Amino acid sequence: MKIGVYVCHCGGNISEVVDIKKVTSFAEKQGDVAIVRDNAHMCSDVGRNLVLEDIKEHNLDRIVVAACSPQFHGKTFMDIVEKAGLSPYVFEMANIREQCSWPHFDEPDLATRKARDLVNVSIAKVKLDESLERKTMPIGKRVLVIGAGIAGIQAALDLGDAGFEVHLVEKEPTIGGKMAQLSRTFPTEDCAACILSPKMADVPSNPNITLYTNSQVEKISGFLGNFEVTIHKKPTYVNENCVACGICEEKCPVKVPNEFEQGLTKRRAIYVPFEFAVPYRYLIDEDICIYLKDGKCGNCQKVCPHDAVDFTQKPEKIEIKVDTIIVATGYDIFDATEKKVYGFGTNKNVITSLEMERMIVHEAEGRATREIGKRIAFIQCVGSRDEQIGNEYCSRICCMYATKLSQLLKRGDPKKDVYVFYTDLRAFGKGFEEYYKRAQRTGVKFVRGRVAEVNEDSKTGKVILKVEDTLARQIIESEFDLVVLSVGMTPGAGTKQAADVLRMTRSPGGFLQEAHPKFKPVDTLNDGVFICGCAQGPKDIPDTVAQASAAAARAIRLMNKGVYAVEPITAVVDEDLCSGCATCVSVCPYDAVKTELKDDKRVAKVNEILCQGCGSCSAACPSGASQQHWFMNNQLRAMVGAALGEEEE
Amino acid sequence: MIKKVEITPENEKFLNKVNELSGQVVTLCEQCGTCSGGCPLVGEMDITPSQWMRLVQLGLKEVLDFKAVWVCASCFTCTVRCPRKIDVSKVAEALRQIILRKAIDYIDLKAIPKDELACLPQIALVSACRKFTG
Repeated sequence: MKIGVYVCHCGGNISEVVDIKKVTSFAEKQGDVAIVRDNAHMCSDVGRNLVLEDIKEHNLDRIVVAACSPQFHGKTFMDIVEKAGLSPYVFEMANIREQCSWPHFDEPDLATRKARDLVNVSIAKVKLDESLERKTMPIGKRVLVIGAGIAGIQAALDLGDAGFEVHLVEKEPTIGGKMAQLSRTFPTEDCAACILSPKMADVPSNPNITLYTNSQVEKISGFLGNFEVTIHKKPTYVNENCVACGICEEKCPVKVPNEFEQGLTKRRAIYVPFEFAVPYRYLIDEDICIYLKDGKCGNCQKVCPHDAVDFTQKPEKIEIKVDTIIVATGYDIFDATEKKVYGFGTNKNVITSLEMERMIVHEAEGRATREIGKRIAFIQCVGSRDEQIGNEYCSRICCMYATKLSQLLKRGDPKKDVYVFYTDLRAFGKGFEEYYKRAQRTGVKFVRGRVAEVNEDSKTGKVILKVEDTLARQIIESEFDLVVLSVGMTPGAGTKQAADVLRMTRSPGGFLQEAHPKFKPVDTLNDGVFICGCAQGPKDIPDTVAQASAAAARAIRLMNKGVYAVEPITAVVDEDLCSGCATCVSVCPYDAVKTELKDDKRVAKVNEILCQGCGSCSAACPSGASQQHWFMNNQLRAMVGAALGEEEE
Repeated sequence: MIKKVEITPENEKFLNKVNELSGQVVTLCEQCGTCSGGCPLVGEMDITPSQWMRLVQLGLKEVLDFKAVWVCASCFTCTVRCPRKIDVSKVAEALRQIILRKAIDYIDLKAIPKDELACLPQIALVSACRKFTG
């Protein structure tokens, strides 16, 4: 056995604390160690080639790299080892940066000792490493995209255009998501509907996309390359004959607040969600339809000239198989009734920013829904950056949409007094600062202070704000006609449900957790499952679209070759020791272990594709039959022994 | 006249002292002004609650020269509303403690005539003892 040990300086990150010389001279004294080298940047081309050439020249058969976290560069070096003709698993990484030089920067001697111990542990383990082989599995080209807001639409179109088979599932009766409700988009002020509707129209015309609206993903089982998906499709009670002539709507006697219009207008029980909905077809709201409730009415069916109303429709269960999944379930706006001091829900002159979006759309089309008034105040950070209601995060979009709405109002009518009360004005994106300046030039007044309370003048019905101008150090107590709450984003019911169905990890704010915040921003810890848009965290439209395309590209990367590599770090069962107790079956979070009869004996059997190598079964196994490749019991014992300074047996 | 102030290592000590006495991390204050806007007594104060938070953040001892913390009624409106969950009332109490620990007598209880003492409200008396005697 010939081991090569490489110690990285990390350009000073390690070497300024850890005494590299001491580590290398220690490594040199260890048995079977043939070569010890150090380098300023092991991850650089020079560093990598060092390993590559040494393996070839000196016939090394085991490699230890003492550098950063294996999460960071493990793959880099494994690829080099593999390139040199060895198994990538005869390699170990000692993390002497995150575990030595960074946390123990103030104790260089101890940091050096720990680095030496970690190298020793890695050497002990690498000696027992098996030459595991990466296996390849066939994979198809089918993708499930959950959620058809702008994120899901973009991902679906990218995948469809690239020739992949896309199944796009949307819980609402139309695609388009929240973006469809917006007036204009900052900072360019493009009309949201005008830029979104062509993209929406592209979806049904793309031959590779199958669209399921009014549908929810009920169950997902299986694994990368073999996900089995159950979709629950609610009936719309209107079939494909519908040409959206609208005769039915005129005869429908039921009226309810229109949710797309944030309740500013009413809709009937039979309705089209909005004028550029896709699919553009009527549907019946089963919760309020009189016929569906007690068999009376049926007006719509009587008047429909195309025989499109079909009350016999039943919910459908659709089963499909896909290879990868993209979760684009988006967000909900913060429920402003939770922030009681602002009086939303009790004071009719306190509205949310989404209502203001719709009001501006209607105003621009010359069919105003309600009086906006002369004096308008925007309150920022409602539901964001507020630990009293449990949301610590910044929603990122509210500063800019308030900047947009306020100047649209001010430019529409320069006599309006428009104030924005903010804590910090975050104009972080491209063109945002310039857009903020434009609002200031327009005459919108930005006041730095979080509004403490909103009261109603019982006589005039006007709204009175109390706030400190924290720059002028004055307490402002002023009347406004309308108060707009700049509500933030919350993960939303769809995102929570997707997380449950897919057993995904969620970040502290409740949004879906990415695999790595910098280098795997759209991957998740579930193989073959990607996330994009506001399901991952609050973001604006450009970031959402970029992330959606990124998720599509990551999914394509997995599927395009037709095969994918499977990690050989899986559980392995010693069938002689196994008593078939099935403890492993109950602890496995991936349903990867089953018991089966073998020579009349019940034993545990691991599905190597499903197994993620988490080690739960190995820890739980009462007889030590279940172990994990690359972390075998003898290896763990050798590592502990080395850490404790025991002599080799 | 605008006064110039100097920020020295001494200032850090004052900040740390307030942090320790109040059990709060005053530097967490993001100066949003929620405390001041909702304070029922802010109209009687010479500086706002968020201002004393700011002065403490910078470790400026002149915060002790203002009367605002003595006007504070400890009603906790600021505390239950602070979006950073800082107990602003406790910071006010810490500032009052720093002054009280100097143990300066502002009133001489013995000098109060007996008949006056008899008709003074007890709560005012107790409060005066706490605030004005060492």
